[in-house]
Amino acid sequence: MNNNQTIEDTEAGIIESFSWFENWEEKYEYIIELGKKLPALEEEYKKDENIIKGCQSTVWLASEYKNGKVFYKADSDALIVKGLVSMLISVLSGHTPDEILDAKLGFIKEIGMMAHLAQTRSNGLVAMVKQIKNYALAYKSISVVGKTI
Amino acid sequence: MAELTIISPAFDVNEIRKCFPVLEREVKNQLLVYLDNAATSQKPQSVIDALSHYYSNYNANIHRGIHTLAEEATAAYEATRVTVKDFIGAPSSDEIIFTRGTTEGINLVAYTWGRQNINAGDEIIISAMEHHSNIVPWQILCEEKKAVLKVIPVNDEGELLMDEYRKLLSPKTKLVSVVHVSNALGTINPVKEIIDAAHNIGALVLIDGAQSTVHLDIDVQKLNCDFFAFSGHKVYGPTGVGVLYGKKKILESMPVFMGGGEMIKEVTFEKTTYNSLPYKYEAGTPNIADTIALKVALDFMTETGKEMAASHENDLLKYATQQLETIPGLRIIGKAKEKVSLVSFVIDKIHPQDIGVLLDNQGIAVRTGHHCTQPLMKRFGIPGTVRASFAMYNTKEEVDRLIVGLQKAIKMLA
Ligand SMILES: Cc1ncc(COP(=O)(O)O)c(C=O)c1O
Repeated sequence: MNNNQTIEDTEAGIIESFSWFENWEEKYEYIIELGKKLPALEEEYKKDENIIKGCQSTVWLASEYKNGKVFYKADSDALIVKGLVSMLISVLSGHTPDEILDAKLGFIKEIGMMAHLAQTRSNGLVAMVKQIKNYALAYKSISVVGKTI
Repeated sequence: MAELTIISPAFDVNEIRKCFPVLEREVKNQLLVYLDNAATSQKPQSVIDALSHYYSNYNANIHRGIHTLAEEATAAYEATRVTVKDFIGAPSSDEIIFTRGTTEGINLVAYTWGRQNINAGDEIIISAMEHHSNIVPWQILCEEKKAVLKVIPVNDEGELLMDEYRKLLSPKTKLVSVVHVSNALGTINPVKEIIDAAHNIGALVLIDGAQSTVHLDIDVQKLNCDFFAFSGHKVYGPTGVGVLYGKKKILESMPVFMGGGEMIKEVTFEKTTYNSLPYKYEAGTPNIADTIALKVALDFMTETGKEMAASHENDLLKYATQQLETIPGLRIIGKAKEKVSLVSFVIDKIHPQDIGVLLDNQGIAVRTGHHCTQPLMKRFGIPGTVRASFAMYNTKEEVDRLIVGLQKAIKMLA
């Protein structure tokens, strides 16, 4: 999937959707739905080096670099986390390393949904965003050197 | 199903609840239901007051000053030691060492007694249901000393296989360190049997009392354990203070843990001689305020009646177990015959964390995850559980809210 929207536009869209929810149930049902819709990661990607170990749930994150853009794939054994990761990669996937590295991701705070992820010790959301950006940084340095993978 | 009535004469849970200010608070616009007591219990007002009373009236360093404040603080601090001694049936308050908690107590033994007495080829026995706090210190020690860590297995009910335990015991066994009550399963282990069997072959026994001290009557003399460790924050007391009990003879023979003030008799640059028990193990300025308030927590439990509280908690366990079993796809992990009021469970195809998040949104606090018992979770082939753990102030209505909350969560995740 190519991303024609800017990261800020996608973020704004998410914030907009969340503003319509009237209660916590609707918000979570939306996230849960996102989690269910995100295709399960193929087994080949579910290897240890792709794991971002949270305190309680496991998140797998893989990436690909095509035509100067980074594409992410993710999965989690917990549904709500999976929905949140899905949202995170829908914002960032299909953008250039520079765009990804510059992203402020203000929507995370704005929609007030990430508290659970952020709280589960050091390696929750923060670790996820860091890993996503690490991939972008790696691809950036590779492309500067002029290699492809 | 017969309606269970929860009545304990003279035990009025509504009166008890009034002692715990946090129980009045709302979470997500609903009255808090706090079912994470095995992680830490809430504190009665008297404990909270004791902390502020200390800081407002007689804050001073102890055992050092000759002024009034120092004397008052020292007296209060030492009064806790006596209360703890009585609370766990220790023969002498010299055997009560204040620590930061269970973890520090176990580490203290590992670093002092362990370093002195464990040699290459020696064996230490723990169980498959230990908290990481009672695994890692022994692993570190075994690695350092080339000793061997042995593990008592558990059955599908979550009970220790005692025959296997007896088979593990040998002349090489130097220490058995087991949990009294499992924080993940609720199982009450037959520690008396474990201790007697270990003593028969000359091994010492440490009991991790982190979960048992709040629910069971503790008598270290009857148990005849060599060490017993627990945490203040799980017995309605403050965080940051715990207790290590050890038999006097053993404590006296052990090397010191940390060096510093208070633990010394005389310091010269050539040699330092150490203070007598229990100060030998309490280096530096201790956690005075929290230790003082721990006495208030223990007194609170004694005045309420530990037995009556336990009977109330057991009624809650029975009721919760019955109700949980009516939920399709729910499986209780830990079905030991002897359990404290704690219930761990998993639900088919649902990750415990999802349940925890959705319960929190309904104002219900439970614990989800591996409960710092990863090897045990592995044994049951699960990533973790949802755990509801009860305290004396919980009610049947709160169990009902848990059940309704769970049904809602399951429906949302289906
Ligand atoms: C069985 C058991 N042992 C040890 C501990 C560690 O206690 P603390 O963190 O207070 O040192 C706990 C606390 O969760 C526990 O449940």
